[in-house]
Amino acid sequence: MLSKTLHISSSPHINKGISTDTIMRNVVYALLPMVVFAVYAFGTNALFVILASLVACVGTEHLLCVWSGKPSTISDGSAVITGLLLGLTLPPIFPIWMTIIGGILSIALGKFVFGGLGSNPFNPALVGRAFLQAAFPVAITTWYPAFSEGRFTNFSGSVFAFPFSTPIVDGITGATPLSAFKFDKVTADSMDLALGLVSGSIGETSALLIALGGIYLITRKMMNWRIPVSILGTVFVLSGILFLIDPKLYPSPFFMLFSGGLMLGAMFMATDMVGSPITPLGVVIYGVFIGLLVVVIRIWGGLPEGVMYAILLGNALSPQIDNLIRPRIYGTKKTKP
Amino acid sequence: MWINGSREGKNSTEAVLTFASNTFKHGVHPPENKDETNKLPIRQFPFAPVIILPMTQHIGKPAVPVVREGQEVARGQLVAKADGYMSVPMHAPVSGTVRKITNVPLIGGLVSTGIFIEPFPFSGQEVLEGEPISLHASPEKILQGIQDAGIVGLGGAAFPTHVKLKIPEGKNCEYLIINGIECEPYLTTDHRVMLEQSDDIFIGIRYLLKATSAKKVLIGIEANKQDAADLLSSKTPIDLPIQVKVVPVKYPQGAEKMLITALTGFEVPSGGLPIDVGAVVVNVATTAEIGRLLPHGRGIQERVVTITGPGIKKKGNNLIPIGTPLRYVLEQVGAVENISEVYMGGPMMGVSASNLDISITKGTSGIVVFGDDNLKKIDKIYPCIKCGACVDACPISLNPSRLGILAKNEAYDLMAEQYHLLDCFECGSCSYVCPSNIPLVQYFRLAKGIVRKRKAAKPTVHA
Repeated sequence: MLSKTLHISSSPHINKGISTDTIMRNVVYALLPMVVFAVYAFGTNALFVILASLVACVGTEHLLCVWSGKPSTISDGSAVITGLLLGLTLPPIFPIWMTIIGGILSIALGKFVFGGLGSNPFNPALVGRAFLQAAFPVAITTWYPAFSEGRFTNFSGSVFAFPFSTPIVDGITGATPLSAFKFDKVTADSMDLALGLVSGSIGETSALLIALGGIYLITRKMMNWRIPVSILGTVFVLSGILFLIDPKLYPSPFFMLFSGGLMLGAMFMATDMVGSPITPLGVVIYGVFIGLLVVVIRIWGGLPEGVMYAILLGNALSPQIDNLIRPRIYGTKKTKP
Repeated sequence: MWINGSREGKNSTEAVLTFASNTFKHGVHPPENKDETNKLPIRQFPFAPVIILPMTQHIGKPAVPVVREGQEVARGQLVAKADGYMSVPMHAPVSGTVRKITNVPLIGGLVSTGIFIEPFPFSGQEVLEGEPISLHASPEKILQGIQDAGIVGLGGAAFPTHVKLKIPEGKNCEYLIINGIECEPYLTTDHRVMLEQSDDIFIGIRYLLKATSAKKVLIGIEANKQDAADLLSSKTPIDLPIQVKVVPVKYPQGAEKMLITALTGFEVPSGGLPIDVGAVVVNVATTAEIGRLLPHGRGIQERVVTITGPGIKKKGNNLIPIGTPLRYVLEQVGAVENISEVYMGGPMMGVSASNLDISITKGTSGIVVFGDDNLKKIDKIYPCIKCGACVDACPISLNPSRLGILAKNEAYDLMAEQYHLLDCFECGSCSYVCPSNIPLVQYFRLAKGIVRKRKAAKPTVHA
């Protein structure tokens, strides 16, 4: 008895037990209701877009790891999140070949070139989407009405368009609430927006489901609540002030909150831990900055939607925020910046 | 409320203003795991067939043996004398024969001189008495008595208590803080001491008050030991300026600096000592030991040790003679067959035993044993995802995430100059919460060692 070799380790000898892959897995769980609702609202085409994005992201990550002679990192789950997020931000009848390019670039340019998980300055899914927006401006603004008849049986010619052919525009005409407002000054009903009964990107339409997913992660302490709260709060307050100044010229703050990609962006994109600051105060500054940019781009900019650029700029700023905002160390008077 | 913390402004390090609350900032709350032992009374442990007394049981210089092989010693007899001021003597924990004096292993794998004592077959509990130290003795006499009794911090650090109690010239001791926090999971040593040795604690406080001339005594106890707090409050002698303070359960509240902040609202200046804010902190078991030993002029021969963990069959709080071999202890309490990890101290800051041939020392506050089945699997280490859990955990508001990345890149000097590496007191909260299993505090221990070495190697420019 008691002759066994002992295991020795440096303290602490216990761990809280929430590991990075657990966090990633829970983010995927939180996104799943949105995927289901999106497929229900937009039909089979949306499912194909999401699957294409997922396969492209996970496949790219795996192949790049193999190519660079490293163990594959797909088991950490971060590529799955990128795939889902990218898919959810695309229009329901986005051509698959473009989706695949977006997925490849998300992982390769958004994450891998910087050194993989943890080193990416920007949210990878948004990097891919920014490329798609620049490269295929028409396709990415070709919408498809929600809950259309035969959405489960009609395969869109656009989705299955041959690579580099001109997509057959068969969806459209139904403008998104944001573009309708931007160009025609028509606002949609806030309740429809909250429930997702409008046209838009695959996963951005139901603010309610997005909020539920976010609350799930926040209660499990896997998401920093300060980020969505400060972004949404800033957008609400700022657009509320503008609305009070001139309700005809400016949209209502509820319309601002529930339309476009703001909910999904604030809950699931801006909260990407890697690209956001690390201190509580830094995170609030980051959130207010993003909220500010969203309002400025949407109201005064040339684009109907600005969440993507706002978050990318927020990501770019966050290392500087971390450098400047340092908590006072115990037993010191002030920290030098 | 804001407390004005600037006192005696001429100190090089000044007290820092802070928001007073009854705890410190940040920290973690690991599962307490104290329920299995906190109701069990302290039991006297039998004498082992051989007692091995290492000369290095404390911080400072090793003690020097004053007995020879073959000599018979009585329980409580001085067997090794202190080597100077920063050292303490050792006393025989048992009546018996000195069998040999040779090198013995210490916990970290180092060796030290050790005295092997074989107890007489019918060795009893009676102890040799020395010259009593009166409560009316001078502070110097009391400090000398504490050193002569071989007393060190029993909370685990084993720092010589008389050195800590010596108030430097020009400083005043306002608060005598008695540390009954015991924030380490699993351990219930101090809890049982407070419940069972309250009279000794109050006598000890009288000696400490005399030695430090403190004006106020604060006893800090975490809320999971409310029974101990109630008992000490009800038994507090009316002539003593004692206040028992119950604070929320949070690790590392038992760390000196955190406890001072929790109880007084002051922050010990970076690089400073508790006395810089007028505080002296003494562990509650150390206090009880002072109260028990000094009136009889005895030396310390035994201590309370919590033996617990999933790998132990007979868990409990035991009064174990110092020098009892760990192997003997585990045999007595019944460790599981597939024993795999043994921590001396709690799981947050305790040290892994590299072998079972080491002895129970003055600093052993607990023994926590894990078997193969309950050994935490070393999970995969993921890259830092900057989740900020470590930033929210660090009790001194460092940025362990950034420090970890710098450590990996061996940017040790930058860590010290820009990111306050040397303020880290290695509580391990960052490693505990890290979802990516990054060995943060382990990196910082290495980095601190390297930075100190480099600093010692080259003289500072602005010295």
